[in-house]
Amino acid sequence: MSDIPEHITALIDQVQYTESGDFPVERGYIWTSLASVENSNPLYWDDKVADEVTGGLTAPPSMISTWFRPHAWTPGQDEPKMPLQVHFDLKRELDLPEAVMTDNTVTYYEPVRLGDILTTCQRLRSVSGEKKTKLGTGRFWVIDVEYRNQRDELVGVESWTGFGYRRG
Amino acid sequence: MDSLTLADAQTGQELPVLSYDVSSTTIVLGALATRDWRPQHHDFHFATERNGVQDIFMSSPNQAAWFERYITDWTGPRGRLGRLGFKMTDSVFPGDTMTMTGAVTATETDDTGCGWATVEVALRVGDKTCTTCTARVALPTTPDDNPWQRRGEEWRP
Repeated sequence: MSDIPEHITALIDQVQYTESGDFPVERGYIWTSLASVENSNPLYWDDKVADEVTGGLTAPPSMISTWFRPHAWTPGQDEPKMPLQVHFDLKRELDLPEAVMTDNTVTYYEPVRLGDILTTCQRLRSVSGEKKTKLGTGRFWVIDVEYRNQRDELVGVESWTGFGYRRG
Repeated sequence: MDSLTLADAQTGQELPVLSYDVSSTTIVLGALATRDWRPQHHDFHFATERNGVQDIFMSSPNQAAWFERYITDWTGPRGRLGRLGFKMTDSVFPGDTMTMTGAVTATETDDTGCGWATVEVALRVGDKTCTTCTARVALPTTPDDNPWQRRGEEWRP
């Protein structure tokens, strides 16, 4: 018999937290991201190359999660909004104060273009029994995030594996 | 504009090695560039006292950006990522020299005529393998082909 609380297993495969990005996809973040890894791909630096290859400016595929992370603060917001809220819900509900991500897989579909506003939803896919690792004792969970643009075209599906744990 | 074609990618072929000296700025810039405000990527005390690790460490989205850069350095701008997956078994810290190595493990042309290469990448610090990554990247099948023009059923990542 599973030791996972029933109210957690009831969430598996349920769509949660459907929300739109705080701002349209913009070039400043794209260049900052490219600079952070010294990526000189002309697709993102040279408008002529972008026009020729992708029919206009796009964002690097690996930036997909950048566009759904909320601002750390907005007016009238008492508590910081968290990215991947299902992950933080699990930490709280399972009383696991620390967590790290261990696996990430993204499948990319339509390119993300400047000015796009992405809408995401999250689905908890699984929660493991208790495991002991070098970090501590806790549980692994898998959360999927689906990304769509303002035309409702699928742009990506991301799968995160997190490990929530207590140290020692 | 140089771009690799599928014919240039052979199973077993190794990608050029990338070596990079990681600083605190690398970690923090990478976290902020991906809007990842979690403190373990910029706050030494949080990382050491809460996460129990030696220092702040490289975030997952920033690692994804490093993998993308590594792969598209090899493919050129017409290379189009279809899928990127990675598993992190150890962390990358300030002061580390990280090394990326990669090899082509498969090539194929799918039913729609799209060319694909599968690339396995390892991110290492010294003898320690921190992250292993598998990428599926579309490559032009001819010098005139462009995987970025594929849409809908013509794109099967």
